Amino acid sequence: MIPWFAVSAAILFAVGLYIGFYVAPVDAVQGEFYRIIFIHVPASILSMFLYLIMAGYAALGLIFKTRLSSMMATAMAPTGALFAFISLWTGALWGKPMWGAWWMWDARLTSELILLFLYLGFIALHASIDDPRRADRAAALLAIVGSVNVPIIYFSVKWWNTLHQGSTIKFTGTSMHVSMQQAMFTMLFACWFYAIAVVLARVRSIILERERNTTWIADLPEVKS
Amino acid sequence: MKKTSMLGLLLLVIRRDLVLAMRRRADVLTTLIFFVMVVSLFPLGVGPEMAMLRKMAAGVLWVAALLSSMLSLGRLFSADYLDGTLEQMMLAPQSLSMLVLGKMAAHWMVSGLPLVLMAPVLGLQFDMSVQALGVLIIGLLLGTPILSMIGAIGAALTLGLRGGGVLLSLLVLPLCIPVLIFGTGAVEAISSGLDIASHMSLLGALLVLALVFTPWVTAQALRISME
Repeated sequence: MIPWFAVSAAILFAVGLYIGFYVAPVDAVQGEFYRIIFIHVPASILSMFLYLIMAGYAALGLIFKTRLSSMMATAMAPTGALFAFISLWTGALWGKPMWGAWWMWDARLTSELILLFLYLGFIALHASIDDPRRADRAAALLAIVGSVNVPIIYFSVKWWNTLHQGSTIKFTGTSMHVSMQQAMFTMLFACWFYAIAVVLARVRSIILERERNTTWIADLPEVKS
Repeated sequence: MKKTSMLGLLLLVIRRDLVLAMRRRADVLTTLIFFVMVVSLFPLGVGPEMAMLRKMAAGVLWVAALLSSMLSLGRLFSADYLDGTLEQMMLAPQSLSMLVLGKMAAHWMVSGLPLVLMAPVLGLQFDMSVQALGVLIIGLLLGTPILSMIGAIGAALTLGLRGGGVLLSLLVLPLCIPVLIFGTGAVEAISSGLDIASHMSLLGALLVLALVFTPWVTAQALRISME
């Protein structure tokens, strides 16, 4: 499965960037700078979704004591943190020419920053507990408590009138140019496939590491040879 | 054995923790002195211009309160954990959430309440108006219990870990940001002549939510940590 997702992610990234840079027209207000949204928006969406999925897996692991779901949650945290970081970083790069500042203490920016801190806290808590089962459960509890933040980020633009603009894409239609939309969705799918590929690869190593004393791993052809 | 009611149990735990805290007064005092020192460092760091100090007073006091409540959180469960009392508490037939709530309340009385009482004096150092001071105190009264309660979750999760103190701050501080925002927001609102009701209601709502959920979550966290 991993090569499939990895290859499709690479192709979609290439296509998305091509449409984003060469096909999509120059924005009337923002000029060329708007093109950073092609990475900014997918990264932000993924950082929020991955957190929710991670918290969901963590909850499953906590309630049903299924080992795989805890491992999935652990595997997703670094990717989620990466996307949260990319989202903040590209946002800063975009904010400098547009708002005239790298950073604004705006509700959405602040809550995205909190999201990054939550990811880091999850990773740090997991890393500092030696017993993996206790680490899974403690980190799971933290993830569930922290998931309160995600709806706050998502709705922050609607609740508070702040600098960060609302979403342009709505289910009822959009004010965007068609090729911009295509580029954005292609990049979104590219990011999804990338995240799936990386998480699956990471969870494979986590499984191998944790189950290294079992017989089925000793029987694997790669291990035997 | 005499059967204790829920409320009796709560009062018992609070009284026990308060007695323990009074036996080790130095711990309580260090938190308070830390608070005073952090607040006093700010005018030295940013310069003694009264107009600027007045503007940042609420923020400084809130951040200092947040940091000093972090300091004492490590002790919330660790002493009981080390001498085995916590294990006995978990074996007790009474609800663990109630016990935890009692410990939270005691922790707040020992580390939160002194800060609230100290805050007006420090606020005067920053030349805050009487009105703003009043709002700050009400905000702190509503807010510091939330800090103790959210902090208790972190304290329970990091129980007995190496480097627990730093990790505790890393986990708890992001979750405390809303309290900080509404607490300082209220003081800013009164200084610029706006209504403070919305900030106070939100703080109150957070307090009620924390009161309902955090004891239970902390009890779960303790169960995980004690396995």
